[in-house]
Amino acid sequence: MQRNASTDSIGPMISTRPLLAPSVILLLIWMIVPLALTLWFSMQRYSLLDASAGGFVGFRNYVFLFTDPNLFNALANTIFLVAGVLVASVVIGLACAVALDQQFPGRGIARLLCIAPFFVMPTVSALIWKNLLMHPVNGLFAYISRTLGLPVVDWFAQWPLFSVGVIVAWQWIPFATLILLTSLQSLDRDQVEAARMDGAKGLRLFRFITLPHLARSITIVVMIETIFLLSVFAEIFVTTAGGPGNASTTLPFLIYKVALLDYNVGWASAGGVIAIILANIVAYFLVRTISHNLDR
Amino acid sequence: MERPLTQRIFAAVAGWGLAIIMFFPILWMAMTAFKREPEAIASPPLIFFEPTLRNFEQVLDRADYLHFFFNSVIVSVGSTLLGLAVGLPAAYALAFHPGKRAKDLLVWMLSTKMMPAVGVLVPIYLMFKSAGLLDSRIGLVVLYMLVNLPIIIWMLFTFFREVPREILEAARLDGARPLRQFIHLLIPLTAPGIASTALLSIILAWNEAFWSINLTVSNATPLTAFIASFSSPQGLFWAKLSAASLLAIGPILVFGWITQRQLVRGLTFGAVK
Amino acid sequence: MATVTLNNIRKNYGSLEVVKGVDLEIRDREFIVLVGPSGCGKTTLLRMIAGLETITSGDLAIDGKRVNDVQPDERGLAMVFQSYALYPHMSVADNMGFALRMAGVPKAERQSKVRDAARILQLEPYLDRRPGQLSGGQRQRVAIGRAIVRNPKVFLFDEPLSNLDAALRMQMRIELARLHHELDATMIYVTHDQVEAMTLADRIVVVNGGRIEQVGAPMEIYANPVSTFVAGFIGAPKMNLLAGKLQCTSDAAQAILEDGSAVTLPTRPGLANGDAITIGIRPEALRVTADGSLAGRVTVVEHLGGETLTHIELASGQLATVKTDERAPAKVGQTVRLGVDPRRLHLFGPDGRAVSRRSEALQPG
Repeated sequence: MQRNASTDSIGPMISTRPLLAPSVILLLIWMIVPLALTLWFSMQRYSLLDASAGGFVGFRNYVFLFTDPNLFNALANTIFLVAGVLVASVVIGLACAVALDQQFPGRGIARLLCIAPFFVMPTVSALIWKNLLMHPVNGLFAYISRTLGLPVVDWFAQWPLFSVGVIVAWQWIPFATLILLTSLQSLDRDQVEAARMDGAKGLRLFRFITLPHLARSITIVVMIETIFLLSVFAEIFVTTAGGPGNASTTLPFLIYKVALLDYNVGWASAGGVIAIILANIVAYFLVRTISHNLDR
Repeated sequence: MERPLTQRIFAAVAGWGLAIIMFFPILWMAMTAFKREPEAIASPPLIFFEPTLRNFEQVLDRADYLHFFFNSVIVSVGSTLLGLAVGLPAAYALAFHPGKRAKDLLVWMLSTKMMPAVGVLVPIYLMFKSAGLLDSRIGLVVLYMLVNLPIIIWMLFTFFREVPREILEAARLDGARPLRQFIHLLIPLTAPGIASTALLSIILAWNEAFWSINLTVSNATPLTAFIASFSSPQGLFWAKLSAASLLAIGPILVFGWITQRQLVRGLTFGAVK
Repeated sequence: MATVTLNNIRKNYGSLEVVKGVDLEIRDREFIVLVGPSGCGKTTLLRMIAGLETITSGDLAIDGKRVNDVQPDERGLAMVFQSYALYPHMSVADNMGFALRMAGVPKAERQSKVRDAARILQLEPYLDRRPGQLSGGQRQRVAIGRAIVRNPKVFLFDEPLSNLDAALRMQMRIELARLHHELDATMIYVTHDQVEAMTLADRIVVVNGGRIEQVGAPMEIYANPVSTFVAGFIGAPKMNLLAGKLQCTSDAAQAILEDGSAVTLPTRPGLANGDAITIGIRPEALRVTADGSLAGRVTVVEHLGGETLTHIELASGQLATVKTDERAPAKVGQTVRLGVDPRRLHLFGPDGRAVSRRSEALQPG
């Protein structure tokens, strides 16, 4: 007799069109207009510096793009950054989540401290790390290295992409922690007790009960983080500005440089299309997972 | 079940250890904010020092800091209020009067969130330029509203869906039409959820850095973009940087802590609760 | 005064028909109980009367006026929900007064009406509490109070007692019967519990598969179920239903059960020789006796205090239950014979419908 809540209305007497229209129209414009323009610009010769240049050039921007080593460098950097941060944030985030799921005094406060970095604006976290911690002369890490007699590392000169990755990972570990912890706490305690009765404990309990329970949340963490990580920008902008050379230039940063520093609109738009395609590959799987969830 | 003492000690050490490591950069920044400039770059680093409020005074004395702070407030609160005004009716309709296409609509809204900002940087920049919206607060308000609208609608939707349908049906029999159901029942029943949604939207807008860096110059610059200007060598005053940063993240950190448990569903589009 | 008339009411969800043409005339001040297994459409029927579901086709009239398209709050009825559906953020008094507030009734009048209802339901000490601070039984009473305050012509109840424990359920049942007497209103009550149906109803409506199976006073339905479905649904423990074949001779009719045993029928049914039939015997009409026509082994004996249920596995493998007032008539494992009083035998044809006992009664001698 109970009808599926998501398919049956509370009453047929109101028209939902006026309620939905503002959102739908706004999002439709927000989605279509910039996308169409990006596609259009990507097939134009269009430079903000040279007003005389113009006209339809078909796929020539894409041809230039795909013969430009900068693109592949940026793509490789993007993939390294995204993959590295994903692995770090899921592994460390899982460790934090499991640790915070235990009973110990001050657990609530520890939890607050653990998730705090997520709420720090990207420019601030980038500057704290760049200056207070990773500065080659006055930074805390340099001091620690000197004290221990180790060579001092100039992080952003020697390991630019890795250093950016550390900052970004520090921001996203709390996200993974928060979601995995929430998921852990929804684990049926009776199921754990039953598994204990069946003789599973310690790592085996984790391997056969906890991890399968977390599998879906981990998938969601990976997909959502990927979407956001593909757009990492401010951390690079503030720390390395893509350098030295192109060592830490990712796709978003490359597009920014070409568009707003070189004013080459056509080229940048073609890059934008690549970024959109890349994000949508991930988005496809994410949307499928989440919409599946709606059918419950 | 009572665990052995060693296990409990290990749990406490692991939990607190990780928490302190994660929080350390923020703690270090907070300490630096109370140091004098020479102390901030001293080697060895100072753990004990005489705290001073001078950095905060200097930061706040600069009239422009408050200007940027104010911009952040206007942009994040403004975009959130606008987003709620647009999103609340939509979430209500989707949760309680779903048509055949409600699910498709929700998924489509979600997919608009997947558009990478950088993919549309060029057209947005040019459109803002031609509309005179570059470096304007109203431009950022509208933009952030659009960016966060799918999250707002989804999060509200998941909260609305938890209201037992029978309560609204009872209200219907009691003579409350949709608008009054909304005012007398839904708003009070989901107030905590609406508040969390608003807080998440404020947090996301407050911390947004891509558009604020690229679309503002000074007039509408919020704190994210202002702090970015400290990256230039001449801005290298660590104590003042720390003080300005602490003021910039303080309120948002508190908001985040307040609403941490509800954030998850907004950030995962209801997939994890 | 309130009659409710259902005329060929149907409900479709897409291509799925859940209510398949229901006709029912509910009289003024009648206590009607819709009973049936879950999924039979009884709740959908109630929700259509309430106006919470649209009626796909057919006419619904209250006091002779067609109300298909009238808003729920203008139909002059009140509903008590299974989950009570109290407003958790309002006090008991505000919950009960909400409908009056929506109708724009002045505050003083509202308060006096709430107080009257609270007195009837012994809720006066709780008026300032929130629903969350009340016990299940108290919440139930608030839900009823919310209905009473509106002074409706018709009360609708959707499985109101199913969330209460057994003792409380019995107490609320009595209270509901008392309320019906005091309020003098028409009540339509949905349940899957046949005990509630038997004890509360003026008339029971047995619903099955979206259709009305039988309408009648409780004892009438108990005595003359029209189908094996009703026979099995009304009465606890369940009626024993035994399948067999009809064998008619010139002067007698017998049911030959699967194990070959023969049960003599009181009448010669209008059926062909060899037709599949089902005989129904209430547990209290079955008795252990040495010259019984059925044989079986006792598997379980349940002592309920005032009565005893003896479960017997018949030679055919079918199970039968015997209800006796006193001690068990046999021990577990014992083989017994069961006797049937032909006058208390129910007979159902191949389609599961009851075969009339009055027609073609065999004249003895």
